[in-house]
Amino acid sequence: MDAYRDAGLGLLGDPTRRAIFELLARRPSSVGELARQLPVSRPAVSQHLRVLKDGGLVVSQADGTRRVYRLNPDGVAALRQWLDRVWDDALTAFQKAVEASSDDFTKEDS
Amino acid sequence: MSNEAMVAPLSGTITVGVPVERAFSVFTESFNTWWPAEYHIGEADVAEAVLEPKEGGRWYERGVDGSECDWGRVLAWEPPHRLVVTWQINGRWEFDPDPAHASEIEVRFSEAGPGQTTVQLEHRHLDRLVEGQALRDGISGGGSWNAILEQFAKAAEAGD
Repeated sequence: MDAYRDAGLGLLGDPTRRAIFELLARRPSSVGELARQLPVSRPAVSQHLRVLKDGGLVVSQADGTRRVYRLNPDGVAALRQWLDRVWDDALTAFQKAVEASSDDFTKEDS
Repeated sequence: MSNEAMVAPLSGTITVGVPVERAFSVFTESFNTWWPAEYHIGEADVAEAVLEPKEGGRWYERGVDGSECDWGRVLAWEPPHRLVVTWQINGRWEFDPDPAHASEIEVRFSEAGPGQTTVQLEHRHLDRLVEGQALRDGISGGGSWNAILEQFAKAAEAGD
């Protein structure tokens, strides 16, 4: 079970890693560019990128003197992991909202 | 062809403490009130996420700058039990208008008891989102929803 979690949700379970993943989804970036948009240090960004790369979600490519990171273009695995997290959060949010609205609903009715 | 099953669908189930009609109407008409705003496709922050309540309706986000970004279309509108929408955001985070590249999300609402509704969600045809080649590599298969369901069960029980 834990192994599954590491292989699947674990990679994007960390909020900083998820933020990096979502920034890379919008635009391929270098470590420095990512670090400027996040409240973490460059070494921390590098560390997270290594984990994402090892997990097959991110690939990198030399561009002159810098290294540019992007989502793995065979991106269904990456997309699937991201969507898994999306639906998890969305259904949890839906449950909270619908039950909260139901309290109002019941009060209005009675 | 076997291509259809190359990427395992995502699925999930939750039970909520409201009747079926209420669950369906909050899920659809009040989509904007519960969708986690951090999940958006456009560059701008989301002002509103909209699911148009009819077959063929649009499913999209409107950014705070007024820009709109499509997510997909409503394929089946069968209140209060069933909803099917497409998700057409590809691996490059772009809307792909080609229906052949559309993944599908089916949501079913069924009565679980008095004032209780089970919501079952399946996101399938994920392989259609890219021009399917070499996709099998690196795909870790299904399973993580099991962990999520355990979390739901715990949260629900703790909530009571």
